[in-house]
Amino acid sequence: MHKTKVVDHLILLFGVFIMMAPVVVAFMTSTHDALDVHLHGLQVTWGGHFTDTYHEMLTKKGGFTGEVTGARMVMNSFILGVGFAVGKIVLSMLAAYAIVYFRFRMGVIFFWMIFTTLLLPLEVRILPSYDVMTKLGLVNTYTGLIVPLLASATGTFFFRQFFKSVPDELLEAARIDGAGPFKFFIDILVPLSKTMIAAIFIIMFVYGWNQYLWPMLMTNEESFYTLVRGIKQILLVWVGSQIPEYNQAFALAILAMLPPVLIVVIFQSWFIKGLTESDK
Amino acid sequence: MAQVTIENVSKSYAGDVRAVNSVSIAIEDGEFIVLVGPSGCGKSTLLRMVAGLESVTEGTIRIGERTVNEVEPAERDIAMVFQNYALYPHMTVRQNLAYGLKNRGTPKAEIDKRVAEASRILELDQYLDRKPRQLSGGQRQRVAMGRAIVREPAAFLFDEPLSNLDAKLRVQMRGEIKQLQRRLATTSIYVTHDQLEAMTMADRIVVLNGGHVEQIGTPLEVYRAPQSAFVASFIGSPAMNLIAARGEGGRLVIGDQTVTMNGAEVPNGPLTLGVRAEDMALASGNGDGHVEMAIDYVEELGASRLVHGRLTDERLALSLPSGAPLSDRLSITLDPHRLHLFDPDSGRRI
Repeated sequence: MHKTKVVDHLILLFGVFIMMAPVVVAFMTSTHDALDVHLHGLQVTWGGHFTDTYHEMLTKKGGFTGEVTGARMVMNSFILGVGFAVGKIVLSMLAAYAIVYFRFRMGVIFFWMIFTTLLLPLEVRILPSYDVMTKLGLVNTYTGLIVPLLASATGTFFFRQFFKSVPDELLEAARIDGAGPFKFFIDILVPLSKTMIAAIFIIMFVYGWNQYLWPMLMTNEESFYTLVRGIKQILLVWVGSQIPEYNQAFALAILAMLPPVLIVVIFQSWFIKGLTESDK
Repeated sequence: MAQVTIENVSKSYAGDVRAVNSVSIAIEDGEFIVLVGPSGCGKSTLLRMVAGLESVTEGTIRIGERTVNEVEPAERDIAMVFQNYALYPHMTVRQNLAYGLKNRGTPKAEIDKRVAEASRILELDQYLDRKPRQLSGGQRQRVAMGRAIVREPAAFLFDEPLSNLDAKLRVQMRGEIKQLQRRLATTSIYVTHDQLEAMTMADRIVVLNGGHVEQIGTPLEVYRAPQSAFVASFIGSPAMNLIAARGEGGRLVIGDQTVTMNGAEVPNGPLTLGVRAEDMALASGNGDGHVEMAIDYVEELGASRLVHGRLTDERLALSLPSGAPLSDRLSITLDPHRLHLFDPDSGRRI
């Protein structure tokens, strides 16, 4: 028994090593200066330039037009991540509410129509979506960045399943208590869905945060750059004798990883609660 | 407080399923009515129609003088207690009690007063700031009652409110609900499948079967003079024995045995004989009109023993004092005035 435990731990430690090593290397490399990285490749030791690199990365105006700082990119990523998550939750909750609680013509058909959009991710409809946004003049706006991505079959489906598990008696008790459809939603369903909302927020925030293709298409002004795009941008300046700021690219990568990791770590217990048990 | 009148009310679902068939009940002001019947008899559907949670297909429901067929549940001036309590899980007990009042725009001071009053009556004072999941089953049940009381409605509707409690608590809550209803004198309609709850709590019992009313009466009326074989078998524990018999020239014949009726009338032809386990006794001596019963097994209940056996080929349960002597065969007498005769085809009382 004891032996298997040691082996188990070795396997787990190996897993941790595989997962963590690239992150550690990226972080260590980001603390060296660009020349070091250029000459000696990836680093696994502390380079001592932590403050310089990160300060410069956050404040120095970079990019082609020299307009965008790291801090700006962090903000953009946050706007995209939060806007995306909040918008998706609001929209899919309302859709699920309609599907579960209102008997309207062809409700089932509508549900399956929403459901089949799972088979049509953004990449499939990217050209028509872009076309629509251009015609609406929403290129280079946050609205254009966020709105076309909001409709979410996943979210709608999650909330539908959850609402279906809410006992009918709660609705009936609320009706007798004089709560109309709106009140029932706000007073009863939304508070009951709290853990569910938290879980979906995490998933959607990370998803929005990591968007690459769509922002690249929708925004060409550098003031709209997100972190994920910024990393690429830094490496693009390798012209002539100029050395790309490898250290800053790694610093950006670390920074881009940080918020999703933090959110998952902090909300982990909520996340598990939301997906496994219900607060009824 | 009000009368509730149910007139020729029917409920059909799509596909011609008739859940409730032309039911009429006139419920007096302050009366405690229990709707009882097996599952699927339409009792809950009927209650939900009174509550306004189901539409009425035919007929009229009146609360007080007002016809409420088309009135929203919240406007009907009723309060309902659900089987699973349906407390709002994210609200404290206080918020649960106040929610309905808040929605109708009752002034804050009035809400506080009524919540305090209800929690005092139900001894919930110390739990007001707890969430429902921190309460025991009995306490949740009280909160559900409280939510009904604070509304001060014209009628309480109970939908099997005690089914989720354990046996001991059920007996206790049964008493509490009954006392509370007496005190508030609010018209109440109570649905249950448990005949014991019906017997102990009701002013009048409505026995439902297959969507229609079998009998309406006080518990004793229903117990002593069941109007159909169904009511006879449903009300009372152990269930009344129903035995195939026939009438021959004023006597009652069961298989090859005869019961003398001492002047009670017996029509000729096939009959269903109903006799309660406690309406039979051991015969003394070898008299006329005794019937012979073969014993299969005995259930010891402490105060009495329940003897299961066969009278000719018919199953029979007989309740005897616990000290009564037993042998493989018993000679028993039936009290002719406590026998119930039913038409074997229609099941109606003769």
